Amino acid sequence: MLLLAGVLLAIYWAPEDADQGFSQKIFFIHVPVALTAYACFGWAAWKALRLLLKGDERHDLESYTAVHMGVIFGVLTLATGSIWAKISWNTWWTWSEQQLVLFLVLFLFYSAYFMLRFSLEPGRQRANISAVYALFGVVLIPVSFLAIRLAENFIHPVVFTRDGPQMTTTMFVSFLVCLAGTLALAAALYLNELAGKRIDSRLRELREALL
Amino acid sequence: MTYLADVVALTRKDLLLQLRARDTLPAMALFVLSALVVFNFALPVEESRLAALGLLWVAIVFTALLGLGRTWAAEREQHVLDGLVLAPCDRSAIWAGKAISTFVFLALVELIALPAFSIFFSPVSGATVAGVLLANVGICAVGTLFAAMSSAGRGRELLLPLFFLPLVLPVVVGGVGAGATDDPLRYLGFLALYDLLFAILSWASFEYVVTE
Amino acid sequence: MIRARQLEKRFGEKRVLRGLELELERGGFLVVTGPNGSGKTTLLRLCAGLATPTKGTLAVEAERGRIGYLGHEPLVYRELTALENLELYGRLYRVPQRQERSGMLLERFGLWEARDARTGTFSRGMLQRLALCRTLLHEPELVLLDEPFSGLDVEGSALLERQLDELRADRTFLVASHEPERLQALASARLALA
Repeated sequence: MLLLAGVLLAIYWAPEDADQGFSQKIFFIHVPVALTAYACFGWAAWKALRLLLKGDERHDLESYTAVHMGVIFGVLTLATGSIWAKISWNTWWTWSEQQLVLFLVLFLFYSAYFMLRFSLEPGRQRANISAVYALFGVVLIPVSFLAIRLAENFIHPVVFTRDGPQMTTTMFVSFLVCLAGTLALAAALYLNELAGKRIDSRLRELREALL
Repeated sequence: MTYLADVVALTRKDLLLQLRARDTLPAMALFVLSALVVFNFALPVEESRLAALGLLWVAIVFTALLGLGRTWAAEREQHVLDGLVLAPCDRSAIWAGKAISTFVFLALVELIALPAFSIFFSPVSGATVAGVLLANVGICAVGTLFAAMSSAGRGRELLLPLFFLPLVLPVVVGGVGAGATDDPLRYLGFLALYDLLFAILSWASFEYVVTE
Repeated sequence: MIRARQLEKRFGEKRVLRGLELELERGGFLVVTGPNGSGKTTLLRLCAGLATPTKGTLAVEAERGRIGYLGHEPLVYRELTALENLELYGRLYRVPQRQERSGMLLERFGLWEARDARTGTFSRGMLQRLALCRTLLHEPELVLLDEPFSGLDVEGSALLERQLDELRADRTFLVASHEPERLQALASARLALA
């Protein structure tokens, strides 16, 4: 499944660089990766909510893995974003520095998630706390976005750049495909890691039971 | 309402404890004053009002962090939290009691800090004061919850700044904006929104943070 | 009063209780024994509502305000006096006439002279006695005691035994102890954890 997702990305992404500039090409990775990171955090929050409301500790591992995925894709977003910023000259206004600042804030917040988690003893409380943290993270996303928007008024002068060319339908389709591919990649990595962690956990349980 | 009575009892307890221990409040007051003095040297000679305001908020946030780090110290070191959790009161009342007492401490410290800032740098506008009050609510609500989460672990309160600062960034934006721009209401409104959202979330989540 | 079926409590991968079956009727006095780490404290905490089971069911027919719990820690604030601590718990547990009740308990456990002293100055034995006051302050239906005799001197132990004897009727007890012989007369049942 993992391979399928990777191949999906590679195949559809390659033909599109035909007549686009290099900066446009980055766009096709950067944006899907960013959206995927958001999706991961959203999924983590959903699983966190399920944990708190249902009390089923299995959701803890799912939420944790999702946050892990989110952070990985977050790093990728920051990386691709800064590459893009260096190369391009802002043809797309909505995806300017705001996005990167937001991601930086979120990246810091979610990285601290791991520090907190590892400082806690395994058990119900750790699961609960991680879940609450993930929920706060997801609420923080729109709030920070708003904050950064508001901050633009006094941090940097508002820079208006001319709007880039409208996305043609073929570009839009290929964008969607890239998005789908990235999401699929994230999902595959997620399931893979989750399965691995579950097996790990099961092994330890069995070892405990035998002792 | 017994809920209110519980919150009052808990707030009273925290205020009484602070009165006896007399450690956090003086530390916070001294810190904020020292910070302002340091900033005086850190800022360029013709400092803009905006820059000074920004530093005020930095001072407030770090002072709050100092106070929040000690918020659950008694409960943690003396293992009393279990006692409170055992009681029939709603667990969120424990959070409310703590958040309110932290608010009081922070407000007391700001009562010193704001006039000091006005003297050292530039007069503080009404919008900034309103911003500070609103910001306090958000800071104390979220900070109390996350301080509890941090205290539960081995790192104790040392990890608190890591997650507190990203969380509190919108508050700083709101506060600085309220004081610096021509449209303070928009920023104050934003602070109110932040407060509402995060206070409700903190209030509802506390129960889960203290049960095993 | 308490019914546990297939009760399991796990901390991460570590299983502290597994497949526990327990039935304690109202008015019973159950003594739980077992080596360190066998889960006595965990069982008490589960019954008190401080922890939730990982698997299985645990039904406790007493609401939180009617349960008294004595753990390994006295659960009192060091900067407050004995009386102030009990006053706080009295408020939280909505104890009627809390001042009188606090005073009476302090007297019963020999702490009346120390009532206005900050508990930070108390000895281990005094803290244990104060913790017992705290546990019984609200006249609980269900009393959970985790090694109640630890830290008590001869006089303290005698006081406790007398109190347990007096309170025995119409109250349910679940006591974890390393010295079950002390409670032999009171016990209606025993549970040994592996």
